[in-house]
Amino acid sequence: MSEMAAEQITADGRRIGPVVMEMKNITLRFGGVVAIQDISFDIREGEIRAIIGPNGAGKSSMLNVISGFYVPSEGEVWYKGARRPAMKPYMVARQGIARTFQNIALFEGMSVLDNVMTGRLTRMNSSMWSQALWKGRAEAEEVANREIAEKVIDFLEIQHIRKTPVARLPYGLKKRVELARALAAEPTILLLDEPMAGMNVEEKEDMSRFILDVNDEFGTTIALIEHDMGVVMDLSDRVVVMDYGKKIGDGTPDEVRNNQAVIDAYLGVAHD
Amino acid sequence: MPDQVLFAMEVTLNGLMAGVLYSLVALGFVLIFKASGIFNYAQGVMALFAAATLVGIMDGQVPFSHLINAIFGTDLHHFGWHVPALLAIVLTVGVMIVLAWLVQKLVMRHLVNQEPIILFMATIGLAYFLEGLSDLMWGSSIKTLDVGLPQGINDTIDRVTFDAFGYGFFIDNLDIVAAIIAALLVIALMAFNQYTKEGRALRAVADDHQAALSVGISLNFIWVLVWSLAGFVALVAGMMWGAKSGVQFSLSLIALKALPVLMLGGFTSIPGAIVGGLIIGVGEKLFEFLIGPMVGGATENWFAYVLALLFLVFRPQGLFGEKIIERV
Repeated sequence: MSEMAAEQITADGRRIGPVVMEMKNITLRFGGVVAIQDISFDIREGEIRAIIGPNGAGKSSMLNVISGFYVPSEGEVWYKGARRPAMKPYMVARQGIARTFQNIALFEGMSVLDNVMTGRLTRMNSSMWSQALWKGRAEAEEVANREIAEKVIDFLEIQHIRKTPVARLPYGLKKRVELARALAAEPTILLLDEPMAGMNVEEKEDMSRFILDVNDEFGTTIALIEHDMGVVMDLSDRVVVMDYGKKIGDGTPDEVRNNQAVIDAYLGVAHD
Repeated sequence: MPDQVLFAMEVTLNGLMAGVLYSLVALGFVLIFKASGIFNYAQGVMALFAAATLVGIMDGQVPFSHLINAIFGTDLHHFGWHVPALLAIVLTVGVMIVLAWLVQKLVMRHLVNQEPIILFMATIGLAYFLEGLSDLMWGSSIKTLDVGLPQGINDTIDRVTFDAFGYGFFIDNLDIVAAIIAALLVIALMAFNQYTKEGRALRAVADDHQAALSVGISLNFIWVLVWSLAGFVALVAGMMWGAKSGVQFSLSLIALKALPVLMLGGFTSIPGAIVGGLIIGVGEKLFEFLIGPMVGGATENWFAYVLALLFLVFRPQGLFGEKIIERV
């Protein structure tokens, strides 16, 4: 895979750039349990990279390593060509890595707009005092941030619920609001933890469309975890397959689909 | 107008003023509770500590003088200077911020993700520790606090009401100042909450830690900020109460008076803390005035708690608190 050219154009005309993030020999242990065992892979600029695998394969753990929620026991995370030291999740977020959660983590008491605006927090620079007094730069900044938030809201077609408290929304819309909040940060890499979990077919189609559009429109690099093989194969440019904490496959959807180890992991194999 | 009505009016006014002071203490509780879900039992002691520090700095007292003298056999008590009130207040704010940072660093940081009851217990420990620290630093004698706030009867109100009703109302100047300061404080806090990114981050942290981290909010920073704010509010409350009744241990007990205020106003509402304080203030003064004589007086000691009890039975979320909905 490292043989790929520094830059390439996909069949549908999207630009895929150089490696932006590289996981080198990541191992993650919880006490005696090895959640991730010596896994390496990279994420390239502008691509949609999927991590798939059966339940308990360590996919979410891997996402948590990327977003800084877990610190790997061994191995290195390289980001934008430099080794990333162990850092707190909020620092990772400030470096341009936004994420969503499998079990939706939204600010339930706030409106949709406020939730999306929190995505802009890392982009606000003016001081507390000027903001409290609502003057000058702070005001201009608030307006600019608001504009981006509204653009994202428009893009994900949630204008009609802008002012609704999140707690009142149905599951599918919450997922979309969470995506909006992550997008509002204009992230370098967008991490999606099972964006389609618990959705019906129609909602899944919507979400797939949004993911593709985001990638297409903003050129956002996306790394996602998903159970639904069909969806993943349609969406992604490259796929990492995990099973029992190990990497058993890596490549384009077609390569992965024909990989015997992957087939065994998904369909089961007779152990004799 | 009959005398009884005039007296009742005067009592009501005084009740409102006393209520403002209760509100000030309750505000500190609400701030911390909103942002971290911790019921900070130490809020009252923080007010005591802040007031004692303010007096100590103003009088140029040597902190820990007893300890220093006992160890080194010296006889230090005063630096021999007096710090102007305004500068002393700024310095005390600094001390409260350092305290907030220490509380976060040494106590709360290690209790992240613990049950609320454990955090509550930690604040009880903090209360006793701070009480001791306050005594050790500044001595346990009763001190008078004079930051130049006006005190005594307000002549204007006395004269105007005398001209109008033939009976002059007694309203303490200090109470009026306290009311104005409380109003300013609330407006400032609301503006902070609504219009600054720190305010937005604070609300975010209160709502969901994980999500807050994922949008780049440092929980540590927000919690230090919240404890600093609570420390600042404690200082204001300590100044008002200290000026009124001296800086002494009983100051920390006003925290208990804030409890019924919170039950009325709801633990999560800043306006609720204000209105709750006013209701308690007016309620207990009027009750004492109207019903007190029939039951032998001293109703002020228990009225607030009984009122809170009634609220707990009929409206547990308080007047303004978020409605408690339990999904099954």
